[in-house]
This record gives sequence, C-alpha cells and structure tokens, in this order.
Amino acid sequence: MWSYEKRLQYPINIKEPNAKLAQIIISQYGGPDGEMGASMRYLSQRYSMPYREVAGVLTDIGTEELAHLEMVATIVHQLTRNLSMEEIEKSGFANYYVDHTVGVWPQAAGGVPFNACEFQVKGDIITDLTEDMAAEQKARSTYDNILRVIKDPDVCDPIRFLRAREIVHFQRFGEALRMTQDKLNSKNFYAFNPGFDMCEDCGGNKDECCKTC
Amino acid sequence: MDNEKQMLKDISMIDFVLVDLMLYLDTHPYDRNAMEYYNHYNRIKNRMEKEFSMKYYPLNKNMADSTKEWRWGMAPLPWEGGCR
Repeated sequence: MWSYEKRLQYPINIKEPNAKLAQIIISQYGGPDGEMGASMRYLSQRYSMPYREVAGVLTDIGTEELAHLEMVATIVHQLTRNLSMEEIEKSGFANYYVDHTVGVWPQAAGGVPFNACEFQVKGDIITDLTEDMAAEQKARSTYDNILRVIKDPDVCDPIRFLRAREIVHFQRFGEALRMTQDKLNSKNFYAFNPGFDMCEDCGGNKDECCKTC
Repeated sequence: MDNEKQMLKDISMIDFVLVDLMLYLDTHPYDRNAMEYYNHYNRIKNRMEKEFSMKYYPLNKNMADSTKEWRWGMAPLPWEGGCR
C-alpha cells in the first residue's frame, strides 16, 4: 500500500506561465520515456522478481517515480495557469485546450496519448532490469533535450533535479543486475529464467533438481 | 522566505537524504556507515515533520489528528506554489 505526503519532492515555484513549454514538458508526464511509464514499469515488474532485494529496488525507485510524476504535473500546471485565450491561441496550445482545457492529461509532446506499450514486463529478471537501465538513460536524454529548449530558471532548476535522479536510478539498477548475476551461473546467465524455472528449495533449475531436493 | 516555506524546504532536503540513502542501502544492505546516517537523519526528519505539522498543517495522515476542523483536508496542495 502507499501513503501520501502533502509536499513535492523538490520545490517548484514558477512565476511566468508559458503554454509552449508546458506542451514540451508534458512528454515527461505521459510520453514514451515519461514518469508515468517509469513508475508503472517498475511497480508492475516487481511481482515476477525472484530476489527480494531486487523487488525492493523496484518498489523504492517506482515510488520515487510517482513523486516525479507529481513534480512534472506541477510544472505543467503552473506553466498553464492564468492564461488568456489570446496566449493559448498564440502559443499553439489550442489543440490541447479544446480537449482538456488546462487540466493535466498524460500525453507525449506530439499529442500521442499514454499507452502501456511504452514499457514491458517480460517476467525475466535480466530482460526487465536491462530495460530499466535503458529507460533511465532515455529519460535522462529527454531531460537533456528539454534543458536545451528552456531558459526560465524556475523551470530549469526542478528539471535538473529530475535529470540527476535518472543517473542515480541507472546506477542502482546496474547494481541490481550485478547482484542478480552473482546469484546465477557465471558460465551461462541465461541457463534458465529464475522467475519461472527456479526450484524454491535449492535455487537451481527445477526441471533438473527436483528429484534430489 | 517565511518560516513555513523554509521549514518545508528543510524537511524536503532531509527527506531527500533519506530517499537517496534508502536506494543505496537497497543494493548495499550491509554498509553500517550508511545505516548510521540513515538512522540519524530519520530521527531528525520525524522530529521536524511533527513540529511542522503542529505549527502549520499535517504533511501525512499520521500527523492529521484534528479537533475543530479536518486539518488534513484543509492543508494547501503541493502544486499550488508560484504565482497564484
């Protein structure tokens, strides 16, 4: 279960609304490498993890991603506050406005709606952790691209914080993969899927060991 | 910066230390130094959260005890900052 903290992970106080920026940054809410995909990916992958430590990493990083989702939504919300109809039309925000007014809806910068196909749960620990590492780098690149477009320090500051967290998460997933490989056969990490084929008594392949343990 | 904002910023800073340490400890579960840091900052954070909740508004449901009005529901929302 979860419980809510009534504060942001990092403070956000944007003074100048800017609908054009909001349309770019919303990609980290519901886009292909956004925080919605990140949180749902890690929180969904946990159940088929054969090792408690790795499921723990996914739980804690997935939880932090929910806090990041709230931060990105806050940036979008504050950038679209008190807009006049003229500003909405001038900034190209009218297409979004017609469907959502200034509510926050998960979509990519190009208008593509959020879709669970933006992440995978393969039920194989090496496959899933490798995807997680790539996901952190893709999100880091997206934040790098956002930082090239925006100049407002009120927006850059929280975006830099989010970018730095992607790097820390990448490091932790790398360590989780190393911990996984330490538990597997170093001559063939792919000999069996420990999330499916593992004997709960001996940790070996259940098709081969069950007669003895 | 008023005292409420400053205190909230301090709580966020100290909680960030805890979040980062938690992820580190998840993959280094026997690092005693890191655990000592965690225990130390966790105590400080709990104390600060309690103080903030008594002075201003509850930050989570554990601190939401109320008598005259439901303080949790009346508390400001995290995304309200900036220009109003």
